[in-house]
Amino acid sequence: MEHYNMNLTLKVWRQRNSKDTGHFDTFQVKDISSEMSFLEMFDVLNEQLVSEGKEPIAFDHDCREGICGMCSMVIDGQPHGPWGQTTTCQLHMRHYKDGDTITVEPFRANAFPVIKDLVVDRTSFDRIIQAGGYISVNTGNAVDANSLPIEKHDADEAFAAAACIGCGACVAACPNASAMLFTSAKVSHLALLPQGDPERKTRVVNMVEQLDKEGFGGCTNIGACEAECPKGISIENIARLNREYVGAMLDGGSKNTI
Amino acid sequence: MTLNSKIPSGDLNAKWETYKSTCKLVNPANKRHLDVIVIGTGLAGASAAASLGEMGYKVKTFCFQDSPRRAHSIAAQGGINAAKNYQNDGDSTYRLFYDTIKGGDYRAREANVHRLAEVSANIIDQCVAQGVPFAREYGGLLSNRSFGGVQVQRTFYAAGQTGQQLLIGAYQALERQVALGNVTQYSRHEMLEVVKIDGKARGIIARNLVTGELERHFGHAVLLCTGGYGNVFYLSTNAMGSNVTAAWKAHKKGAHFGNPCYTQIHPTCIPVSGDHQSKLTLMSESLRNDGRIWVPKAKGDDRKANDIPEEERDYYLERRYPAFGNLVPRDVASRAAKERCDAGYGVGASKQAVYLDYSSAIIRYGKSEANKLGINNPSDAQVKELGKGVVEAKYGNLFEMYEKITGENPYEVPMRIYPAVHYTMGGLWVDYELMTSVEGLYALGEANFSDHGANRLGASALMQGLADGYFVIPYTLGNYLADEIRTKAIPTDHEAFVEAEKSVNDRITKLLSIKGKESVESFHKRLGKIMWNKCGMARNEQGLKEAITEIQALRKEFWENVFVPGSADEYNPELDKAGRVADFLELGELMCIDALNRNESCGGHFREEYQTEEGEAMRQDDKYMYVAAWKYNGESNFELEKEDLNYDVVKPTQRSYK
Repeated sequence: MEHYNMNLTLKVWRQRNSKDTGHFDTFQVKDISSEMSFLEMFDVLNEQLVSEGKEPIAFDHDCREGICGMCSMVIDGQPHGPWGQTTTCQLHMRHYKDGDTITVEPFRANAFPVIKDLVVDRTSFDRIIQAGGYISVNTGNAVDANSLPIEKHDADEAFAAAACIGCGACVAACPNASAMLFTSAKVSHLALLPQGDPERKTRVVNMVEQLDKEGFGGCTNIGACEAECPKGISIENIARLNREYVGAMLDGGSKNTI
Repeated sequence: MTLNSKIPSGDLNAKWETYKSTCKLVNPANKRHLDVIVIGTGLAGASAAASLGEMGYKVKTFCFQDSPRRAHSIAAQGGINAAKNYQNDGDSTYRLFYDTIKGGDYRAREANVHRLAEVSANIIDQCVAQGVPFAREYGGLLSNRSFGGVQVQRTFYAAGQTGQQLLIGAYQALERQVALGNVTQYSRHEMLEVVKIDGKARGIIARNLVTGELERHFGHAVLLCTGGYGNVFYLSTNAMGSNVTAAWKAHKKGAHFGNPCYTQIHPTCIPVSGDHQSKLTLMSESLRNDGRIWVPKAKGDDRKANDIPEEERDYYLERRYPAFGNLVPRDVASRAAKERCDAGYGVGASKQAVYLDYSSAIIRYGKSEANKLGINNPSDAQVKELGKGVVEAKYGNLFEMYEKITGENPYEVPMRIYPAVHYTMGGLWVDYELMTSVEGLYALGEANFSDHGANRLGASALMQGLADGYFVIPYTLGNYLADEIRTKAIPTDHEAFVEAEKSVNDRITKLLSIKGKESVESFHKRLGKIMWNKCGMARNEQGLKEAITEIQALRKEFWENVFVPGSADEYNPELDKAGRVADFLELGELMCIDALNRNESCGGHFREEYQTEEGEAMRQDDKYMYVAAWKYNGESNFELEKEDLNYDVVKPTQRSYK
């Protein structure tokens, strides 16, 4: 690959805390290498701000390998930026050219309040999992792993749903700020496996109820979630959730306590 | 004080069984009155917290990330070992035990490693019951692959995302306990001090990273499950937030630090591309199942990889180690890559890289696929296409990641790889019960030193984290807490809490008041360079002595000239990082002291003065067959205590993978 350097203009959302109204600040960054990741470009900007005695921009990030789901950012209107099936941390600067202007905002949703700048609170996702996103098996209760053969196709499909990293891009992408893709990925993962069968009905009912409580919007089948999902989680999972939900409700909405 | 490893007596095979049958128990009514604090929510922490919550203890978990699901265990790619012998290839508990002891270059405790091998099979059962979607064969049974240093297939995996799937399994079990009210979860919190009362760990001071508020939490016991300290090198495969702070605070409060110099440098990482680099990315060891590693036979050969004919390539691992070939253990593979690059055979722009080549695997798989499909005399293009499909199914996500980072297509051109810091075998010294030298303070998973000796085998970190959390601590913690049932929860206005909070507060105030000229990041980078150059893949006496002086000077400079913007009562990631780098600046010195003390080469610790004529590591069993457990006596003042290692079952020999 040809390496090159570029100068860029960045318009970045600044917000002191959840009470502040927030605004865009404009910054110039120079000599950004095409080899850098997008977050490394932010490191350069932050070092520049610190050297000027200013406060750096707060943004979430951790593994920088596209798997922990901590990084967020809406880049030029797209959660996780312009590359398909790529998290912000894996987006690289060779996508951009000298002179470009890039606008960076936080994931926006009522259920994701801004903590500071580009950092948002996604604990609502934890609470959705707490509502039923698990199989109730205490440590030490398991039988031999191979005593339960699972058809490869089902196992692969469950894995594809379980690949969700819980980043929240689906919510940020959705005009309704719905978290249906996230919730349906967990419902699918567990519904596709025989181990998940005993709690199948209570799980979907409880998780959907929690989803509503958190203030996420409803799903109107727009499909933006799937398009922006960095892990390619399929919208078919939402269809499966709906089937599971209707089935559970027809069965008397067997809402259980855990 | 002499360290007591508390290894149960009796036959190696019976130690754990005997321990489990004879350890003290806590009855359910009493468990409800016992508070347990768990720091870190990766595989070790989440599995421990979930299991202890299920048992009825009152548990609090803390993590610095926004959710327990983000912990860096999630990034583990390749797999998890277990002695299931599902492949009928002669595996057994003993073989897993033996491979781990040998892989660790005879610097791990036999009893701990044997216990690890014993519980390994239960881990797979537990994870499958939780719904972890491991890879399966068409018959519906679990699939396995090989990892380095091993001649059987005992690694279970979920594509290249095994850590993610295992962590999500443990996280879900943990969230279930949160919903049941057995666990209280504190995210975006960092532990900044251990509170000790009458010699026992009785709680922590944690900082709410969003508001900056300091909080006091009482616990009858405190479990540190905080991972490794590879980020002392600045560049590593660890997550950006991974740090030593919790373990270091424990160390300064009396917990011995075991074998700090044992660092794992992983052979297959994407090479550094420039000064801007913030972290390094691992390419899973599983790629060595099918990929072949080579450099050109001629020095300084500038041709493109695909233009270098077969006979001019040096498959140096296959040449040097015919028995294990590309699947030698990590320390051996890393040193061999460094040797070739140092000798002038490196590739790529930096010349600090070797090739990991999939072309022959693509052809091999393509031919077999054509056979399966009944295609007679397939064309070369057909074979390649079919082969690529197979490789994509096995390693697709890794290949994709490589392409995103480098902009090169690894199906067409060989990947460039180079060793990078990945894991730390050293950590807090713990006894057989995982208790540190501070009563009531435990360390689990990568945070302890216990099971991997001087070198960890691939797919064993996930195994150890979950073994400690699901299957060891539930027994050993009860053995301690059984004597604590009369201890009432200590109110957090106790003077020990007040003092601990004050010391944390003073340090934060100090960091913010320096208002110097240099950023935290810059100090961290400078420390990393010293560590990598002088306490990295190869070490020597002179370099280590220089490093110690340089780190002391850098630390002094840090405390005089660091600039931390913002204030203490807001969300301030620069302040968080400053505290962590300050701790790394102390740990780095201890690592060098430990490396200097150990006048031998073993596993990941390679002292240039101690090598065979062929460049292999040379141990000094008569002098160094011990765990170096360091006690903190004040700044730059560490005292060595030795725990002798006894091998009753395995006879240490020079490790050979030839």
